[in-house]
Amino acid sequence: MMAGFRPVILWTDALVLGLVASVFLFALYTSRHEHLRAPWRKVARSTSGMVAATVLLGFFVVGFLDSMHWQRALPGDNKAGTATRYAPEVLSVLDVVAEPLRTHPERTFSAPFAVHAHTRETVTLPDGGQVRDFPRLKFGGRHLADPERDRDADISLGVLQGIALAVVAWIAAGALVTGIAAARSRRRFGEVSGDLWHGRLDTPLRAVLITLGVLLCLMVPLALLSGRYHVFGTDKVGQDVFYLTLKSIRTGLVIGTVTTLVMLPFALVLGLMAGYFRGWVDDVIQYLYTTLSSIPGVLLIAASVLMMQVYMDTHADIFDSVTRRADFRLLFLCLILGVTSWTGLCRLLRGETLKLRELDFVHAAEAFGVGPWRIMLRHVLPNVIHIVIITTVLGFSGLVLAEAVLSYVGVGVDPAMNSFGTMINAARLEMAREPIVWWSLAAAFVFMFVLVLSANLFADAVRDALDPRIRAQFVRPGVWQHLAREANSRLRVGAR
Amino acid sequence: MTTPLLQVEDLRTWVASGDRIARAVDGVSFSIERGETFALLGESGCGKSLTALSIMRLLPDAGAIVSGRVRLDGTDLVALPERRMRDFRGRKIAMIFQEPGASLNPVMSVGDQVRETLARHLGLVGDAADRRVLELFDAVGIPDPERRLGEFPFQLSGGLKQRVMIAAALACEPQLLIADEPTTALDVTIQAQVLELLRDIQRRSGMSMLLITHDLGVVAETAHRVAVMYAGEIVETAPREIFFSRPAHPYTRKLFASVPGESARDAPLAVIRGAVPPLWQTFEGCRFADRCDRAGEVCVQVVPTFRPVAPGQSARCHLYNDDGPGVVTETAPAAVAPPRSVGSVAPDTLLEVEGLKIHFPIRKGLFKRVVGHVRAVDGISLTIPRGRTLALVGESGCGKTTAGKGIVRLLPATAGAIRFEGVDLLQLDQARLRRRRRDFQIIFQDPFASLNPRMRVLEIVGEGIAALGIATTAGEREARVDMLLAQVGLAYDMKYRYPHEFSGGQRQRIAIARALAVNPKLIVCDEPTSALDVSVQAQILNLLRELQERLGLSYLFITHNISVVEFLAHEVAVMYLGRIVEHGNVHDVLHSPAHPYTQALLSAVPRIDAADRRSVVRLQGDMPSPAAPPPGCHFEPRCPKAKVACAQAYPTEVTLSAGHRVRCILYPE
Repeated sequence: MMAGFRPVILWTDALVLGLVASVFLFALYTSRHEHLRAPWRKVARSTSGMVAATVLLGFFVVGFLDSMHWQRALPGDNKAGTATRYAPEVLSVLDVVAEPLRTHPERTFSAPFAVHAHTRETVTLPDGGQVRDFPRLKFGGRHLADPERDRDADISLGVLQGIALAVVAWIAAGALVTGIAAARSRRRFGEVSGDLWHGRLDTPLRAVLITLGVLLCLMVPLALLSGRYHVFGTDKVGQDVFYLTLKSIRTGLVIGTVTTLVMLPFALVLGLMAGYFRGWVDDVIQYLYTTLSSIPGVLLIAASVLMMQVYMDTHADIFDSVTRRADFRLLFLCLILGVTSWTGLCRLLRGETLKLRELDFVHAAEAFGVGPWRIMLRHVLPNVIHIVIITTVLGFSGLVLAEAVLSYVGVGVDPAMNSFGTMINAARLEMAREPIVWWSLAAAFVFMFVLVLSANLFADAVRDALDPRIRAQFVRPGVWQHLAREANSRLRVGAR
Repeated sequence: MTTPLLQVEDLRTWVASGDRIARAVDGVSFSIERGETFALLGESGCGKSLTALSIMRLLPDAGAIVSGRVRLDGTDLVALPERRMRDFRGRKIAMIFQEPGASLNPVMSVGDQVRETLARHLGLVGDAADRRVLELFDAVGIPDPERRLGEFPFQLSGGLKQRVMIAAALACEPQLLIADEPTTALDVTIQAQVLELLRDIQRRSGMSMLLITHDLGVVAETAHRVAVMYAGEIVETAPREIFFSRPAHPYTRKLFASVPGESARDAPLAVIRGAVPPLWQTFEGCRFADRCDRAGEVCVQVVPTFRPVAPGQSARCHLYNDDGPGVVTETAPAAVAPPRSVGSVAPDTLLEVEGLKIHFPIRKGLFKRVVGHVRAVDGISLTIPRGRTLALVGESGCGKTTAGKGIVRLLPATAGAIRFEGVDLLQLDQARLRRRRRDFQIIFQDPFASLNPRMRVLEIVGEGIAALGIATTAGEREARVDMLLAQVGLAYDMKYRYPHEFSGGQRQRIAIARALAVNPKLIVCDEPTSALDVSVQAQILNLLRELQERLGLSYLFITHNISVVEFLAHEVAVMYLGRIVEHGNVHDVLHSPAHPYTQALLSAVPRIDAADRRSVVRLQGDMPSPAAPPPGCHFEPRCPKAKVACAQAYPTEVTLSAGHRVRCILYPE
């Protein structure tokens, strides 16, 4: 049955799409300007930066798939004239891809790769008798006739199949990358692949491909097995933890990026104005951010989230689905986080602008009668942009962590929305169970750790490339000895 | 015969820059006798500072000594382990750096900074150390040493800071003092004091000195022997007298010819064409060959050897080979321009400044109450006729830059009038002022700060054209930029490049093109050549003069360099602490200075020509703060000719001869 559907664009979806579009436009603009391209080329040459970027890209793909939503049309009454009715449930591409994970809930806890429940229950035997035992799971390992005997072999087979698939995909990706590199440098494929494997290319493509290989070898078997087992176990209400983790990625990314988007205009406009105009404008702006940053952030956020909660409860009719409601709360959280987090960047920009506006090229522009806004746009902003990029990329990981903390405290995202914070909050009580339920916490921890670590490593690479003050030349140890030997031999030749 | 104190043999120091290795010091050999001052002379980037740092083994991480020997009293410093080297630094070799402000630790009292060395090398602590510090402060002429002991660097003036640095360097009576541009950051009157101090100390203690400088005048006044460095090599060494009377190497001769001065006034300055070659290549011929007027075929093919030319004088040049192209006679300058008139009848007035005051409020306390004013410019009056140059001369902090920026209205004026073609600029509203702005432009001192690094030359030069509506379409604008670049001697295809791809001299040309873009009648030049090397300075000065002759521009030329004034100016105004103390045409002021300050200033300028040298009028102390100027004549506290009446009232202006005016009580009305 082919059901119709209508796309649903949630608030945060629109912002994510807008962000992707603006990043694309920025990349296009940068690639046309040599002086803008140069630092990014430096990022492309940094090994840790490129490895981190590869991992980040994986996260972004998951987040992006999870940002395309729609509602299915309900079957039945297809009479002309009546509007098609749609299911209240809003789905994303990720939900469809991970259909079995979403639609195969157990009743309660089960360990990773388990075929039996985690706790004893009273099971009714076919002969009518009752016994306390670990019951078979409804879905995990359902296809196995004798789980005790077959489970390990089945998992091994799945892992092998997954790795074989991953290797095929990886070889294809490697060939594609090498082919592109060969086409761009107009050299033969064999030459380029030789250079690539010996690390002789400018960009550390070898490291990128190795990272990609490791990622594929981990994720493809997991994905393959997740259809048959709960690879990360299930939580209290029987939801698949792997699915929850994947869903949490989008929440983390949205918090990290949309908040930045909200905060940037405040920081840029106010920071540049304070630094450029000085005088009373500076006094007012300084007063504003000093006051704002001296109020405890959690307090401010808790107050506004609670107020918004009351508003949503009294106007329940505005939100036609649970998803919309949760999304609105997420957006609001981004807004309030943005409003409280612009002060740091603003302060930095004010200081830098104070310095820049005394430079002679600003005076020269003033001597031509160029207006203040134009000077800020053409002369000051381009010269502080590296600070903006560094701060926002560094701020990203901080915001992902902030979401976790706020959700843990209970003023974060909607309880119906999956996020690392809600996962950790739920897992908190389970740590005290006997036997311990460790997998929810572990899964949230590992994914968040990898996301934040790769964001930080990438930010480091970007900062090194964009900060004009970092011009130090790092010469490999041993180079000088080599040079000295060369010089000496040259001198001996000269002397002879 | 005793061995020399320091022997440097075939020193090679290479520096990693970008992906390449620059051979910044490439086979330098020299020796310094005991008690001798040896000057290493060269333009920026020639490797003279790296040579000094190599001797001290204080190279940056990107640099390393790849071969060579540095023998101090028989010990090879290059081979010493770092631990032993520390015993030499400060004890046997001491170094003073260019920037006295940056080489003192701002959070340590100056006494402690000297004591540190004493404790490390001589084990002197407590009272004994204090006594030694006082002795040293006394020896370097720091007034009131007991009080200074506990003061911090920010409480001292530039000259005093350099004296503290010298005291710290001399603390352990080193055998060799390396002075890396010790006076470049100082004013001429302070420079004269410091140079005299160094000479005096050397005479008393008999130590040797390695003086690193780019200033021929400093060399002439201080050195016994001179070595000229070019592109990582020493190209000539000679005793001072021979060096200044008969320079051997063509590069040295060109350097002498490019120094501006009164004698050069009637013709363009000699320039060295081209630029220093990049140092990462292996040279197959003479490094100066492609810039040399006298280069022959052999010069590009064979690397010249360093050979004696005259007793005590050696040069690295094929001209002095037995089979070389031979010593060619100097070619005469291409065309002698007609002598520039100095005292002709002044044409009509372009700019008239009357009683201009620029005060900055000092605010204090919670409500930022104004508690006083810094009187940066305190009532100056001057006039600039069309097509003429007025030089505004003074030391740093006298308010000359503030005055220049005030005149083009980049700073708000407190009082006075700036009449430009009869219109008072201070009375104009913003819109009217904006339209007027095309008539007066400004060129700044630092060619690296005055161009936006994120804009291309096309946008930089085109900005004024667009802002003031000179050209309407993008095509017209671009054509005009091409024309302007050609006018300042740059190729039109350079407009697509970014400022960092240009050298200092080229950047200054771009800045000049930017100012010319709007057809100004007046250009305020704020020390446009003080950040440039002598040979590049010559190019820019020639360009400025040529533009004046061709376009009839007027310049307000702000500078502290007297030789530039001699070369370029028609009239001179000498500024001291916010006021003009003497004003007149260039000949009158420079040859018969009337004001004691002008006399002291002129006498302090180091002269290349020994015959030119006059006895230095030593000034005591430093310029007072413009926030609290002396009650009477501002110069009275430092004036060697001060009388009681000087402290009572600021003297009125006295006219000595036509156009020569002075404010001093010595000249009755």
